Order: sequence, then C-alpha cells, then structure tokens
Amino acid sequence: MTERIIPIGPYHPLQEEPEFFRLHVEGERVLRLDIQLGYNHRGIEKLAESKSYDQIIFLVERICGICSTSHPFASVNAVENLIGVAIPERARAIRSAIGELERIHSHLLWLGLAGHFLGYNTVFMWAWKARETVLDIFESISGNRQNYAMFKVGGVRRDIRDDLAPGYLAALDRLRPTLDLFRKAVEDDPVIHARTKGVGVLTADDIRAFGAVGPTARASGVDVDVRRDDPYAAYDRVEWKVCLGSNGDIHDKIVVRLLEMDESLRIIRQCLGPLPPGEIDARVKGVPPGEGIGRHEAPRGEVFHYVRSDGTNRPARYKVRAPSFMNVATNVKAVVGGTISDAAIILAAVDPCYCCTERAVAVEHGTGRRLWGGDDLVRLSRDRTRRLREEMGRP
Amino acid sequence: MGWREWALRKSPWVFHLSTGSCNNCDIELIDCLTPRYDIERFGILLVGSIRHADILLVTGSVNRRSAPKIAALHAMAPRPCLVVACGTCACGQHMFKESYHTVEPLDAHVPVSVYIPGCPPKPEALIGGIVQAIGMIGRERADAPPRGPADAPAVPGAAGHG
Repeated sequence: MTERIIPIGPYHPLQEEPEFFRLHVEGERVLRLDIQLGYNHRGIEKLAESKSYDQIIFLVERICGICSTSHPFASVNAVENLIGVAIPERARAIRSAIGELERIHSHLLWLGLAGHFLGYNTVFMWAWKARETVLDIFESISGNRQNYAMFKVGGVRRDIRDDLAPGYLAALDRLRPTLDLFRKAVEDDPVIHARTKGVGVLTADDIRAFGAVGPTARASGVDVDVRRDDPYAAYDRVEWKVCLGSNGDIHDKIVVRLLEMDESLRIIRQCLGPLPPGEIDARVKGVPPGEGIGRHEAPRGEVFHYVRSDGTNRPARYKVRAPSFMNVATNVKAVVGGTISDAAIILAAVDPCYCCTERAVAVEHGTGRRLWGGDDLVRLSRDRTRRLREEMGRP
Repeated sequence: MGWREWALRKSPWVFHLSTGSCNNCDIELIDCLTPRYDIERFGILLVGSIRHADILLVTGSVNRRSAPKIAALHAMAPRPCLVVACGTCACGQHMFKESYHTVEPLDAHVPVSVYIPGCPPKPEALIGGIVQAIGMIGRERADAPPRGPADAPAVPGAAGHG
C-alpha cells in the first residue's frame, strides 16, 4: 500500500494557534508525524530586551492568551529571584488564587474542545458555559476577562476586595456539580472509555525521554509539579495534592485534569477565605546586575523564564520556555500506530494550544492528487464515536 | 441590494484566520459560539473552509510566515468577502510592531471593513463588529482598495487593557 501524507493546518477554525502537522499514513494506520512550528513566532524574547521590567510583564502576558497569568507569574518569579525580595503574604495568596482560577478556566476550555473532537458537542457547550463563571470572577477582579494584568515585580498590581471574596467562593461552589457531572461521565460512559482508554499511550519512559511536563507527564504517573517541588507564592502555605494517573492514555489525561480542577478549588478557598491582611506590594527599587530564573506550573506544565540583568532597567537577555514546546513533541510517539480517526483527539490531548485538524488535506502520491476537506478528520472521529454508541446500545 | 445580498445578511458564514496571535481573540471568538453569547442564532456559522465564508475574521499581528497566506486566502473566498480585524494586534499590530518577525499591518494586505480594538475585545464587542460588517453587505464594494483605520467606523464598547 502506498504511503500518503496528510498535512494538518496551519489554519483551522477551532484552533487558537497555527501549527502544522504532517501525518504519514498507510491506509488507516499512522506511520510518522512531522511537526512544523513558527506560524506564531513574534520575536518576544528579542522584544523583551527593549522593554523595562514593568513593561515585560505586559509583553509576556501576550505570549499565550490561555496562560495569560502563567507567563507573568514565571516572569516575576525570575526577576524576584534575581533581586532576592520578600513578597508580602497577601500578594502571595492573591497570586496563587489567580493562578488556580486560570487553571480551572484553561482545563474547562480543553475539556470542551476534547468533547468537540470526540463528537460530544454538549460537553463543549457545557464546559464553556461553566468557564464563564471563572471569567466573570476575573472581570470583577481585574476588569478584563483575559489578560488580567495582575502581576508586578514585588507583588500584585491590584487588590482583591475582602467584601467581594465570599461572593467569588460561592460562585465557584456552584461550579462543583458541573465538574462532578463531567467526572462521572468520564468514569462511567463506556463509549468515552472505548475512545480514550489505551489510545495515544505515553509511558513514563517516553515522558522522561521527551522531557514532557504538566498533566501530560502526570497522566503517565511521572510525579512532577513545580508548585510542590519548588514552592513559590502561597503554594507551601495551603493544603493540596498532586493528581497522578497511571496509564498515560487519553482517559488518564482527562481524569488528571478533572481532579486538578478540584484541587484548584481547594487552593482558591484557602487563599481567599479570608485573604491574609497587609500590603500587596514590596515596592522594589531597581534591578541589580545578575541572573534569575522563575518557574510556574501553568495549566499545561512547567513554564520557565530566565532573565539576565546588566543593572539597567532593561534585561540583557530574556529567555522563555513554554510547556507546549516539550509536550507537542510527544505527539510524534503518541500518534504513531494509531488510526487516523484517533489522530484528532491524540493531537489535542496534550492541550497544545490547538492542533489543526479542521483544515486537513490528503495528498496521494503517484496516482495524482486527492483532496480531503478539513472537516473530514473530525468527521472520521465523530463517526467512530457514533458507531461505538450504536454498537453499545447507548443512543 | 440584490436577492443574493439580502440572503447573505440573514446567514453570514465566517472563517477565522490567526496570523500570529496570542490566542485570546481566538478564544473569545469561539466563546461567541457557546451558550452565553450564541451567535448562531443570528445565522452566523463558523466554517472550516474559506471557500464557504462570507466574512473573514482576522486576529494577530501578521508575521513573515503568515503574511503571504492572507491575500491568498482572501482571493479564494467567494465575493463579497468582508474582512474584520479582531483585536488590537490585527488593527495596528499592538506591541509587536517593532518585532523582527512582524511585517506590514493587516490592511496593507487585504481591504479591512471593520476594526474591533481591544486586548482582547469582549465577546459583545466582537458580536457588535460582526453585526456592523453584516450591515455593510450589499452597501459597499468588498473588493475596494485598502483603506486606513481612520476611514473605518469604530465599534462602541470595545474596551480592554491595551
């Protein structure tokens, strides 16, 4: 049988980032995968060298819209590591609360899109509806639904009002039944089991070989979490646990993310109820020459920022490593040997700020060209779910 | 206005193109499809191919890699195809203007009908902009030459940091 190449991307309507995958297939089986990046390159590290430390926070906030707290978080950690400044307790609690709120909204976003790819559009709609609760809280705290601009070197830019915090917690409590519903659905539904169990498996050795991080690593049983391993903000002052999977398949990746949302709710409850009193800003004056590193456990895994200062108000070098950079590479392993109908969900499973399945084109070598519409790949995935539902008698 | 334009105004299909954005505008666009905003009730459908689209929603600050593709995609669209610039990056390149990977702004590549500023624009502002573009169907030549931002109407209520 001849080998065919299915290019996926770089543009499709349900993706947030342009990425380009090339699936080499033989019939239904996936043989190889090439990944091409660069469609979203904006030269942020170079731009950072022309900005002051205060401006950099706003710049790195715009690296990724979903992680618009994670990058500033790692950035202030890096600059504070360089300066060696102590952060007020209240600012620590606010930072952790904002970081965990972001984790909930990001995981709900991913859950919705995963549902969409599997052919459960109801999950897509419900998850995104639940996500609005978190965005409303962000809008109330910061005035913006995304890009909250909450962080600054030495503390946070604005306070969370003590009289509004109980209202936020009550709103988050109303989210709990929806999260329980999703968890029960994933635990009980045999069709979801059939589509996700044993699909796109990454072993713990694969994770270590690729250096993957975050829920992708934890679903394979690799126990890494920067929040516990190298505590910062208020993470060593609250009670929570790292959620682990064991099988490294899509199912465990969903379960790990669902459990993490529960832990995030626990952390937020301890941070906001009540917030420790005091200042929110350590009033940093100037950055001395030196080097600093900052890490944060973003929803997708460890974000790493490096800064080198020559004593001016601008860094001499700024370096960013985002979690998806490591996680996207694992697709090369996870997708091989599976079928094309599983490719949509496997490429989506590492939450790579989205893969590009809706604009796919299949090119047949030798016998001329054959074009597949972009929707075909998602249709294949959905057809498979429908078939399984019929076979299992679950309309 | 012919019957074709009249029909288009009832069900404009939109295609979303990210030319190097941070995802925020893109998420807010998808958010418009979900229960709280639900733009499908206006007949607006997000489609997977530019060949089905009546409105091209562009986000991002246009980088070297995506720039050659914008005009090509716009040329593939059936006429009239209105272009809506979503977010400050697409309107005026935002803080990425000085980056080595950023080229001319969007309106140097394709004629832009509506500019929606904001970082990111709220879903209400996005819906407002798309509705404004719908109002332009049939009233203006969509293949008109590129115009400057000063000529285009601003969308009220489009706010946000930046």
